[in-house]
Amino acid sequence: MTVRWIRAALAGVAALTLGLAGCGGDDAPAGTAGGGRVTVFAAASLTETFTRLGRDFEAAHPGTRVTFNFAGSSALATQISQGAPADVFAAASPATMKTVTGAGEAAASPVTLARNQLVIAVPRGNPRQIAGLPDLTRPGAKVALCAEQVPCGAAARTALDAAGVRLTPATLEQDVKGALAKVKLGEVDAALVYRTDARAAASDVDAIEFAESDRAINDYPIVVLKRAGDPATARAFVDHVRSDAGRAVLTAAGFQPPQA
Amino acid sequence: MRTRDTAARAARPARRRPRVPLALLLPAGLGLLFLVLPLVGLLARAPWTTLPQRLAQPGVLTALWLSLQTATLATLLCVLLGVPLAWLLARVEFPGRRLVRALVTVPLVLPPVVGGVALLLVFGRRGLLGSWLDATFGVTLPFTTAGVVLAEAFVAMPFLVIAVEGALRGADPRYEEAAATLGAGRWTTFTHVTLPLVAPGVAAGAVLCWARALGEFGATITFAGNYPGRTQTMPLAVYLALETDLPAAIVLSLILLTVSVAILAGLRDRWVGAP
Repeated sequence: MTVRWIRAALAGVAALTLGLAGCGGDDAPAGTAGGGRVTVFAAASLTETFTRLGRDFEAAHPGTRVTFNFAGSSALATQISQGAPADVFAAASPATMKTVTGAGEAAASPVTLARNQLVIAVPRGNPRQIAGLPDLTRPGAKVALCAEQVPCGAAARTALDAAGVRLTPATLEQDVKGALAKVKLGEVDAALVYRTDARAAASDVDAIEFAESDRAINDYPIVVLKRAGDPATARAFVDHVRSDAGRAVLTAAGFQPPQA
Repeated sequence: MRTRDTAARAARPARRRPRVPLALLLPAGLGLLFLVLPLVGLLARAPWTTLPQRLAQPGVLTALWLSLQTATLATLLCVLLGVPLAWLLARVEFPGRRLVRALVTVPLVLPPVVGGVALLLVFGRRGLLGSWLDATFGVTLPFTTAGVVLAEAFVAMPFLVIAVEGALRGADPRYEEAAATLGAGRWTTFTHVTLPLVAPGVAAGAVLCWARALGEFGATITFAGNYPGRTQTMPLAVYLALETDLPAAIVLSLILLTVSVAILAGLRDRWVGAP
């Protein structure tokens, strides 16, 4: 009985290892010789738009495959500098992009694909009647911000400083989707998130615009990485994002076009 | 006489230590390597020259202190609730005992993040119990240190229950029966006979439980959020440091590793008594 168990377990482990290794082997030559595969590491706030743009790109270029890794820009930057197999990197701030280009990982200089700014996301119907940043300091008001290590957190810090508002948040989330989720769950009364994230969650949250968000506008840079397996397809994807069709998708989601 | 003695001694080791089959030695060695290599990686990449300055940074000690406090409180909570639960499972026959035992181990297999979401849905402000707590007592648990303790206890309690239940099953029931024949009630038997009997098991379970609580990440960040000094424990600090400052993350990891190894080693010699 025991022996049979051990054998089964061993077989399972072996199969798993081989399977995983197989996956790795499959991914490693990402897009060599007509593979047409692009792996895009993109800021969490690009989740909806880039997923859509990826599908459009695959439809326009039959035989290509775009896969995404969405997370906080800084986490992605760390992954890239630790050798993660990424072909394209889109960050939510030039500062984060700089950590990648500064490490010599980029194949060209980054270009701006869009701009985004912060809004106050509140539960639908705005039960606490929040109208601006000063309302967030009301006693008992619970606020989620992004951690300052990630671009939305840095932008929030800039906006709060510009408004002269001193705020003790309930939590510092590791990316903008985390902050938004806390509003959706009703665990906080408000969160500073990008306008695009609030719009994507319009069924659960209302977006309150505030004046100081003009002071903390984030440029979103995108770049093809040096290690790209299929640089031509990677470049084509970046071009698609920056095309009129791509811009239309981004604008519809609430992004602003890059400054001319 | 002497020659025979030497000959016997020479023959003995061969008989006492039969050859280890390669089929076991090889995977065992690989397994060991697999477990130890990542630790070597941490040591190899550690920024030794800037270590003192990095350790002196204010956030580091805050996170460490919070981690030690919450892990200890979570362990106390687990002992308080888990030992009676283990006793129930080991000593009392009741319908559905197998199901209860399975339920107790669920947090072991549940991804901690899922545990955190589940905790939010129950203890969150709009949760099943949380909304009542909020309305009645004005108490909200998410984003508080108490929330961290809760998240850690949720994930760590099965370790304690399993260890203590195992100890109880291994303990000779005749001592308890003897106590009963001498007129001791179940409670007296539990406190005066059973508990001292399984104390090493409880200690071992508590150590495991504490170690698991100390390393807890997923449930904590989901349920208690991340705020320095209040809910940012060491694993959370490591994760956030990783986003911008790899050497800082390595330093934090090293501290966590050192503290946990030191405490586990210390406790092992004292209570657990490894052979």
